[in-house]
Amino acid sequence: MSYIIEMRQITKSFPGIVANDDVTLQLKPGEIHALLGENGAGKSTLVSILFGLYKPDSGQILIDNEPVEIRNPNDANALGIGMVHQHFKLVHNFTVLENIVLGVETTSRGFLKMEEAKEKVLELSQKYQLRIDPDALISEITVGMQQRVEILKMLYRDNRILIFDEPTAVLTPQEIRELMKIMRELTAEGKTILFITHKLNEIKEVADRCTILRKGVKVATVDVPTTDKTEMSRLMVGRTVNFQVAKPEQELGEQILRVENLVVKSPTTGKNLVNDISFSVAKGEIVCIAGIDGNGQSPLVYALTGLLSIDGGRIYYKGQDVTNLPTKRKTELGFAHIPEDRHKHGLVLDYRLDENLVLHSYNREPFSNRGFLKFSVIENYARELIGKYDIRSALGGRTKARSMSGGNQQKAILARELDLDPELLIAVQPTRGLDVGAIEFIHEQLIRQRSADKGVLLVSLELDEVLDVSDRILVIFEGALVADLDPKEVTVEELGLYMAGLKVGAEFAR
Amino acid sequence: MAIMAGFILGFLILLTVNYQQALAGILIIFKGGLNKGLAGMGQVLYYATPIIMTGLAVGFAFKTGLFNIGASGQFSIGAFAAVYVGVNLKGLPASIHWMVALLASLLAGAIWGFLPGFLKAVRNVNEVITSIMMNYISMSAVNMLVKATVYNKYKNESLPVMASANVPKWGLDKIFPYSSMNGGILIVLIFVVLVYVILEKTTFGYELKACGFNLDAGLYAGINAKRNIVYSMMISGALSGLGGGLLYLSGSGKYIKVIDLIANEGFDGISVALLGMSQPFGILAAGIFIAYIKVGGFNLQLLNYDQEIINIIIAAIIYFSAFALLFRTRLLNLFSGREKIVSEGFVEADLAESAENKIEEGIEK
Repeated sequence: MSYIIEMRQITKSFPGIVANDDVTLQLKPGEIHALLGENGAGKSTLVSILFGLYKPDSGQILIDNEPVEIRNPNDANALGIGMVHQHFKLVHNFTVLENIVLGVETTSRGFLKMEEAKEKVLELSQKYQLRIDPDALISEITVGMQQRVEILKMLYRDNRILIFDEPTAVLTPQEIRELMKIMRELTAEGKTILFITHKLNEIKEVADRCTILRKGVKVATVDVPTTDKTEMSRLMVGRTVNFQVAKPEQELGEQILRVENLVVKSPTTGKNLVNDISFSVAKGEIVCIAGIDGNGQSPLVYALTGLLSIDGGRIYYKGQDVTNLPTKRKTELGFAHIPEDRHKHGLVLDYRLDENLVLHSYNREPFSNRGFLKFSVIENYARELIGKYDIRSALGGRTKARSMSGGNQQKAILARELDLDPELLIAVQPTRGLDVGAIEFIHEQLIRQRSADKGVLLVSLELDEVLDVSDRILVIFEGALVADLDPKEVTVEELGLYMAGLKVGAEFAR
Repeated sequence: MAIMAGFILGFLILLTVNYQQALAGILIIFKGGLNKGLAGMGQVLYYATPIIMTGLAVGFAFKTGLFNIGASGQFSIGAFAAVYVGVNLKGLPASIHWMVALLASLLAGAIWGFLPGFLKAVRNVNEVITSIMMNYISMSAVNMLVKATVYNKYKNESLPVMASANVPKWGLDKIFPYSSMNGGILIVLIFVVLVYVILEKTTFGYELKACGFNLDAGLYAGINAKRNIVYSMMISGALSGLGGGLLYLSGSGKYIKVIDLIANEGFDGISVALLGMSQPFGILAAGIFIAYIKVGGFNLQLLNYDQEIINIIIAAIIYFSAFALLFRTRLLNLFSGREKIVSEGFVEADLAESAENKIEEGIEK
């Protein structure tokens, strides 16, 4: 059997951790090969080695059965290896075309010859059905199109081995479907794809074979069509994972949050970002705001938590008017907020873990006294939370938040918010970018809040999550609510229609 | 490393200017304050006093996410306030006259820091620009005020302050004889510790740094970021202003000259803060170090070199330490594999470079 790429017995260690331990990865020409593993399992390290970003401690890389040395991304490029990074590497004030040719411009006596380049780009975009506008600025196009630009960049350089690093994390369901189609077309044209992900559905849909890593060790390489999801997740996590969340019956208590005719205007355009929204959340209830990203979820949450000022309407918490209370007062009253962007809002990345765990309570007893922080108390408290929520990091409470993995950062935020013992938990995409093990854990915690008779407002883009976890689904479209649905009765297709604005619930019609 | 590279560059400059004396010249710089024994060291500490204060001012603001490039303006206005009180406020007991004068410099600096902070907080005006403008306002205002209130028209400078307004020497002049040494350095030490405690041990410092590192997370935690920006700039300004007070109340025969020149101590403060990595104790060491080679540079004149050469060497050292910083973050990045850090390293280096450009400008002036 001949392989296009073979990474043989790769070992790479960093101070304090062996990221890859004797890992072997073999790609057949023309296949879509998935690389599956939890956060921190060593996927990124392995791919970085292949792309020349790291040098392995030991092991060998063979391309077309020839041993090669890849010292930097340029070497990788010369060997026909291209990569779409999770966070795109595009110049925002350049056009699509300029980004594609960047670094390999065709020139004549020092002058750019963009016309030729443009022809080639258009030809490629036709051939692979990658719809783009070559003259649009990157800053003006959608994330999905930016990704197509990244793919075209690889094709323009005649790469034949394409690495996709968690390409679906930033896409809407429709864009994901389109990407899957593109990937299949690429392989039909003879390209080989290495697809890094931790979403089993996507692997099942598109991949031919799958290599699974766990804690830096290769567990297995399986044929995707003959292996079911439960088996793959068992291999990945090392135990059987519950996909169905166990949700006991729960009596609804009294109303905890009531929003009336809430309006938030955009400060720049004056458009209504949140358009006359009214709803309520009861104790012991998980209410989910579902919708496609960018339909007003973020301003709604910021308005509720006090981060954004409100242009109309009122917010009541346990019957008390809290419309204009500052964030801190709301936290004291019993609000907790798991923000959508854990790096932007959730953590001070340059603070240590223990300092982050007291981000709300640093100025209260027992963590401080007369304005002075009590570090020993904070450290002990951090140790307790780290144990309770299984937050893993290199140096415990002293670890800089920046150096922790995404899943553990999210656990830290969860620990901090839940330990406030909130009456109302507002969780925005709490499982974004996490692996199945961590997702299961977070869902359990949400259900536990519900069982403790607390209110939960969940904002999610993941349809599975919306349908599995919530008691009631509110669909948001262009800043307004368009449906109030029972997850037991609604189907995925129907939900999709509401989310796309093609259907409006009877009571929401205007 | 950076320091060595700076000296090598300095040596090369000395060689090009006058190759015969170059070796002797670089040795004089190395010897710095030690050239004249304890007197020299006293002189070093005397020079270090104001630039440690401005360094603390810049470093403090930097830790809280603000770039206070207006340390010079705050320094000058603080100096004027101190001199004004020192000359005109009569009838105070000698034991508290100097304290009142220093307090005046502290307040004047705080007011000068308040304005850019206030504009930043309410209107989000970039504090770099406003504080630079405040430097010019301060320069002209001090010239005008000196002429109007404490003018010595024969020398075109401020009048001497009363003896009671000078900072006591507390016997330091005995330890370091024949120098301009005075108690100011002890007051500086107190403030170094104070700034350290505020930043590292208090909830206030926790809030300030949280907003400095990540403003969004600070807001998310419900920290009143706007108020903190104003406080931070006021504290920074006060530290700078006190630096001005300490220099002009040192009893060393230093008077405020009426010239169109922005006080250099403020720009030195930026160098000191950068070299000291914005850490209070680092700033203390960096301030003494820069003062040390400055004294050496002063002695260079014995060999017919221009004193300004030492400014070039200092600038080189700062450049190289900025490079070192960049290099180190790159290395770190190689280990941790986070491309984000690289870009942040660039930002830091950019900031460092823009600061240096400002320093250069200051030197040119």
